[in-house]
Amino acid sequence: MSVESTGRVVPAWRGAWLRVEGYWAWYRRYWKSNVYSTGLQPLLFLLAMGLGFGSQVPAGPATGGLSYVHYIAPALLVSASLQNAVGESTYPVLSGFKWQKDYLAVTATPVTPGQVLGGHLIWVTLRLLLAGSVYAVVAVPFGAWLNAGAVLVVVVGAVTGLACAAPVTALAATTYDEGTRFNGVFRFVVMPMTLFAGTFFPIEQIPPALRWLAWISPLWHGNELARGVTLGGLDLLPALGHLAFLAVLFAVGALLARRYFYRRLVV
Amino acid sequence: MVEAKALVKRFGDFEAVRGIDVEVRRGEAFGFLGPNGAGKSSTMRMIASVSPRTDGDLKVLGMDPNIDGPRIRARLGVVPQQDNLDNELTVRQNLQVYGRYFGLSRAHVRRKADELMEFAQLSDRAEHEVEPLSGGMKRRLTIARALVNDPELLLLDEPTTGLDPQARHLLWDRLFRLKAQGVTLIVTTHYMDEAEQLCDRLVVMDGGRIVAEGSPAELILRYSTREVVELRFAPGEEVPADRVADLADRVEVLPDRLLLYTAAGESALEQVHQRGVRPLSSLVRRSTLEDVFLRLTGRTLVD
Repeated sequence: MSVESTGRVVPAWRGAWLRVEGYWAWYRRYWKSNVYSTGLQPLLFLLAMGLGFGSQVPAGPATGGLSYVHYIAPALLVSASLQNAVGESTYPVLSGFKWQKDYLAVTATPVTPGQVLGGHLIWVTLRLLLAGSVYAVVAVPFGAWLNAGAVLVVVVGAVTGLACAAPVTALAATTYDEGTRFNGVFRFVVMPMTLFAGTFFPIEQIPPALRWLAWISPLWHGNELARGVTLGGLDLLPALGHLAFLAVLFAVGALLARRYFYRRLVV
Repeated sequence: MVEAKALVKRFGDFEAVRGIDVEVRRGEAFGFLGPNGAGKSSTMRMIASVSPRTDGDLKVLGMDPNIDGPRIRARLGVVPQQDNLDNELTVRQNLQVYGRYFGLSRAHVRRKADELMEFAQLSDRAEHEVEPLSGGMKRRLTIARALVNDPELLLLDEPTTGLDPQARHLLWDRLFRLKAQGVTLIVTTHYMDEAEQLCDRLVVMDGGRIVAEGSPAELILRYSTREVVELRFAPGEEVPADRVADLADRVEVLPDRLLLYTAAGESALEQVHQRGVRPLSSLVRRSTLEDVFLRLTGRTLVD
């Protein structure tokens, strides 16, 4: 008697997409808590900072002549998106290698480490689009948006998050301990970036000697783009510059991540 | 199915596999027997086409894993040493999601999942999450998952380590069925009873090398005697090896035991008693692969 296997090799994009399908099977079971934490948490910030604290902030040159809630609504979305992206690319990625070991299970099939990485990044992007949309919609009745540019803000949020997800994924792929370094990433990179990269106030308020810290932070580039697409006042050339910064961050991160995924899964 | 020549795997300075020759034929159950650290798992990972060889030649299903890894993996089933199921998905979802990675259609994996849950006796757990299942059930699910693409070659790394006797027998029974269906099996184990139960042919590995090859019966015939007399002594008591050495073809001295290898166990034991040697307990048994391993390496398989 002889057996003939039904298994086939899956094309590159298909393999990554099948991973997304797998994540989706998981998400369908656990979506409630996720939607709450990722979509509604930034809304709490919008209420507290935009409407509460913002009531004490007069519209002026610093806010581009806008009310404070309009000023921070786009940036809050981008900032939350970035935090989500980093969160999804730390412990969940390490778990794929170390605890749950699903990356090991999947690379025993025709799916390759590169496709596993691709699946992760696509999945993170979809999650960011979803979470951003939830926030954008729920923020409507609070008068957060001036125009339909809000839709583009969701896209900018996902792009900014993805740009950060790639290098953080690379970092997770080279983490062999319990992931203590992720705390450092949150405390010393994400947290300061959230506070000082132009989300709550313009970076012109930062002393010139330290302003370069904002310039090299992806969140500032994302915030500038997000405000540009809904509030206006952003010229084409700076916009392209911001995009280029995020694109380079993504490309470098993705290339490193790809190398580390192969190094860790093909041994 | 598998052809390895002078196969080597090095990790830095450490040489895990030191030039082995192996040939596995279609339809047989082939075993790698050896203690932990013998190089069994490294060999399995190379055959599974997830670990590139350092040196030598390797063909799996007629292809080179370095070139055709995905094409080979499409036709393999892999049961790793540690279960890596998705604990947060249900039993059914684990099978369906995994099947999709082999390019199978949704309808196909739905059908296949039902069939495999039946096979693994997990049908009544179909909608249960994996996390709370028992070790034996998880193991059966891992094996079911490895069958989702109807593999021609199934690789099982320590399939029953950590399972209770009942769970082991149930699992062995499933593996026999697969073999009867024509699936080629490659098993690594450090249990000699498992190797004897499952394998048509096996190699004994030690320190990255193959030290013997053959069917379990052949190996026992070649490297051991038909029977063994085991004499157990109290801990600390001197084991009187020289007083009985001439009664057997060969004697092995273990810390608290003496093994006499002989064709006729009962008569040897009788003579032991006649000479006034009084062990705590004694036992006459048939030779096993454990004895073969002891003979070949001077060590026992499981400490």
